[in-house]
Amino acid sequence: MNAITPMIEARDLRMVYNQGTDPVLALDNVNLDVNEHEFVSLVGPSGCGKTTLLKLVSGLASPSAGHLNVDGKRVSGPQKKIGFVFQVPALMKWRTIQQNVLLPAEILGMRKAEALERAQELIELVGLKGFEKRYPHELSGGMQQRVGIARALIHDPSILLLDEPFSALDIMTRGQLNLELLRIWSERRKTSLLITHSISEAVFLSDRVVVFSARPAKVLEVVQIPLPRPRVPEMRVSREFIDLVDHVGRLIGLEFV
Amino acid sequence: MERTSARMQAGGAKVAAPPRSNNVFRSPAFHRSVKVSVTLVVVCLLWEAGCRWFEVPSYLLPAPSRVFASLFGSSVDFVHHGSVTLYETLLGFVAAVALGALAAAIIVVFPKLADIIMPLLLIAQIVPKVAIAPILLIWLGYGLAPKIFVAFLVAFFPIVINTASGLAAVERELLDLARSLEATRWQIFWKFRVPSALPLLFDGMKISVTLAVIGAVIAEFVGGNEGLGVLIIIANQELDTALAFASLFLMSAGGLVLYALIEASERVLIPWNSAASGQILGDHR
Repeated sequence: MNAITPMIEARDLRMVYNQGTDPVLALDNVNLDVNEHEFVSLVGPSGCGKTTLLKLVSGLASPSAGHLNVDGKRVSGPQKKIGFVFQVPALMKWRTIQQNVLLPAEILGMRKAEALERAQELIELVGLKGFEKRYPHELSGGMQQRVGIARALIHDPSILLLDEPFSALDIMTRGQLNLELLRIWSERRKTSLLITHSISEAVFLSDRVVVFSARPAKVLEVVQIPLPRPRVPEMRVSREFIDLVDHVGRLIGLEFV
Repeated sequence: MERTSARMQAGGAKVAAPPRSNNVFRSPAFHRSVKVSVTLVVVCLLWEAGCRWFEVPSYLLPAPSRVFASLFGSSVDFVHHGSVTLYETLLGFVAAVALGALAAAIIVVFPKLADIIMPLLLIAQIVPKVAIAPILLIWLGYGLAPKIFVAFLVAFFPIVINTASGLAAVERELLDLARSLEATRWQIFWKFRVPSALPLLFDGMKISVTLAVIGAVIAEFVGGNEGLGVLIIIANQELDTALAFASLFLMSAGGLVLYALIEASERVLIPWNSAASGQILGDHR
């Protein structure tokens, strides 16, 4: 891919849900470019339509108006080049960790030996070596979420969509998985879109933070995060970091007034 | 293929389960069965003592010793009658599981057909089976057919309802994942829906199998010349209450064994469902 075409290119995106009699405007005039290998977070008030944007990018829903290109092509249906990580682990409790990671490979009909090798690699990448044959109910919530990340990467997608993946975890596990995600991202360099309600998480992980308004979601501001990489936990107490968090917080806070 | 391997791996992978002692006499299961046995023996002894002390006539309430004597001492062929009832129950039950699961699959996979099938199922469920048993006798004769059919009818509904809710209970996120990977209908059904329905199917089977026994016996009451239900009718006519109790005992024992078999197969076939709830006879984990 050339560097000129963004991986995700949204132009004047508009999304209206027709629920019963009164239609709900979820996205209004959203413009956003995400470059290849970039890590971008979406923050904004609850229910403002961030998940809708992920659904549009994945092709699970189509916009009411506007253009959406992924990898230079107009999105017209489900995108197999996308890896999904959800708020809940959404694992199959009847499958072992290894079998759960292999699920997308099976559906896509990848070669078995190759998929197994990749699965093993990813299970090690997310730090679950030795748990291959365990079942989800034997793992903690944080570990289950790691399985979800490995599963999202098995088919080598070009984009990773993370919909509040850590919001159900306790604060310590969350911090730990933030670091893990940074490490995984720096090894795989997947273009990533993360929805989160934690402003400091967004600032810590991202190259840019997109701040949305309350519904209908409009882009209030795209905040550049100039913190150097690799990011380390100490940065979270630096002046620059705190100022960025404060800035993003004010953007969202203003919207509530 | 994968499912078989999942089963085989399951045994070794448990960390949450309490350590299992090799000594049978110290296992919780053994302790529980001792408790249950002692309770039963005490109840029987009190019953026996009460009957003798108050000189209760046998036609009102036979002492356990009399029931025992009737079971082993009389000329009645309990093995024959018992196996007839067991046969009717099992055939009705197996048909209910097969057709019930099929109906549930159709309802879930073709939601448009659900509007046609569900009302019919509901009507079939609401009609009192006891009341249609005599009509079935007219239609199907005095042989085994009406008994199997009534057993099937009463066992069918819990299977359909449970399996259908199991098939529909796949997490929304998993279905999104399936859609984003463009999984086929077939893949969604076999990889996502069927395994998710198994725990509920087993729950339905536990309810159904006990109902199937009831169904078979009710149909035997209405007309026939073999089976435990028929024995009870004969016992009543002859005021041979000990024989009635003996038949009752066999029915209950049979139902209990069938229930235990389903629980045991549940443990073997879906070990991943161990968080599980519904195990009454097995180890409480």
